[in-house]
Amino acid sequence: MAMTMHVDIVSAEAQIFSGIAEHLIATGVLGELGIWPRHAPLVTLLKPGQIKIVKPGNEEEIFYIKGGILEVQPHIVTVLADTVMRATELDEAAALEAKERAEQILQKRAESGAARQADIDYAKAAAELAEAVAQLETIRKLRKKLKIKE
Amino acid sequence: MAVAKEIRSKISSIKSTQKITRAMEMISAGKMRKAQDRMTLSRPYAIKIRQVISHLASAHPEYRHPYLNVRENKRAGFMIVTSDRGLCGGLNSNLLKTALVEMKALQQDDVELDLCLIGNKAEAFFKRYGGHIAAEANHLGDAPKVEDLIGIVKVMLDRYDAGTLDSLYIVYNEFVSTMNQKPRVLQLLPIIATKEPEMAHHWDYIYEPDAKELLTLLLKRYIESQVYQAVVENIACEQAARMVAMKNATENAGELISNLQLAYNKARQSAITQELAEIVAGAAAV
Repeated sequence: MAMTMHVDIVSAEAQIFSGIAEHLIATGVLGELGIWPRHAPLVTLLKPGQIKIVKPGNEEEIFYIKGGILEVQPHIVTVLADTVMRATELDEAAALEAKERAEQILQKRAESGAARQADIDYAKAAAELAEAVAQLETIRKLRKKLKIKE
Repeated sequence: MAVAKEIRSKISSIKSTQKITRAMEMISAGKMRKAQDRMTLSRPYAIKIRQVISHLASAHPEYRHPYLNVRENKRAGFMIVTSDRGLCGGLNSNLLKTALVEMKALQQDDVELDLCLIGNKAEAFFKRYGGHIAAEANHLGDAPKVEDLIGIVKVMLDRYDAGTLDSLYIVYNEFVSTMNQKPRVLQLLPIIATKEPEMAHHWDYIYEPDAKELLTLLLKRYIESQVYQAVVENIACEQAARMVAMKNATENAGELISNLQLAYNKARQSAITQELAEIVAGAAAV
């Protein structure tokens, strides 16, 4: 029987493949890799591309991954696959978006703070106005009284 | 009969509310199961990455990555994971309470805080409460993608790299069981080294390209996967909490209905009795 190794392909979201293989072919950043059992321990970055797994009985399975990391031990091979295309610019854009959302909240908070301040100012003014009206009213009444008296 | 009619309309309105709560309970039960599956699916990735990282770290003891170095804690980052929607009992308020306790403890030690909010409820809370918000993400849905979290994680990691953050925590609900969810504060950065079993024979990987670059990438992916796991776990908690809350609501509605039904029957009976009494009295008078 041919020698085999255990292959796992996992991503942060799911287990994509787990099983026995005779060999596999992957695309590393420095070139194509063919991994057979008893390969020397290796860690490498993977480029977006295919991973071909040859299972016992010459059965082939092909996976497409969007980059990731390949870890090889003599009888265990693990592919830590990315679920999304990763590029510095794309990551940067995502980060910017998250920041913008945060700034929006802060701005809204400032606005609502200003609105609240305005509310407070309005309430104060209204109270003062009511007081003034009341004073005027008393003065008017007093005058009336006085006039009657006069 | 006016009272009886009023009660009847109240009963029918409670019945329709009960239908809604029962439907929500069943939906949450289904979603919870799916979220739990997702939780278990993402676990192997984190475990595997951890293994490779610890191997890398032990193979190169002379190189200490900044993510592994503890430095003086002057400014801490808090990632707070909440749900987008309510109707899930005290889940979010318990979580926010725990987060505030933790944050206040740090503030007393003169540690400044940066916030990263995930979910509508956190946003709504901190909009009122105040605090410096560095990044925000919401509407991730029931099946969040790692893609949706890259941005916020990068904002926080960039701050850590730049030295404006000295530590990073994530606050989320831990799924203990369907009936029990616990708010949990987990330290993401600096990564707390775990004791690995001593390697029997010393061997090292071949690195392509070099070890430092790989380690940086692995650590970043590791943090991302931790955040993803927290978000997914929080969703499972949300659904479980909602399921329990809706189950209680359905039961309460049932109780209310049976009480009202009793009141209705009594009102109807007394109306009939009164009518009869009037007729009898009228007949006697004739």
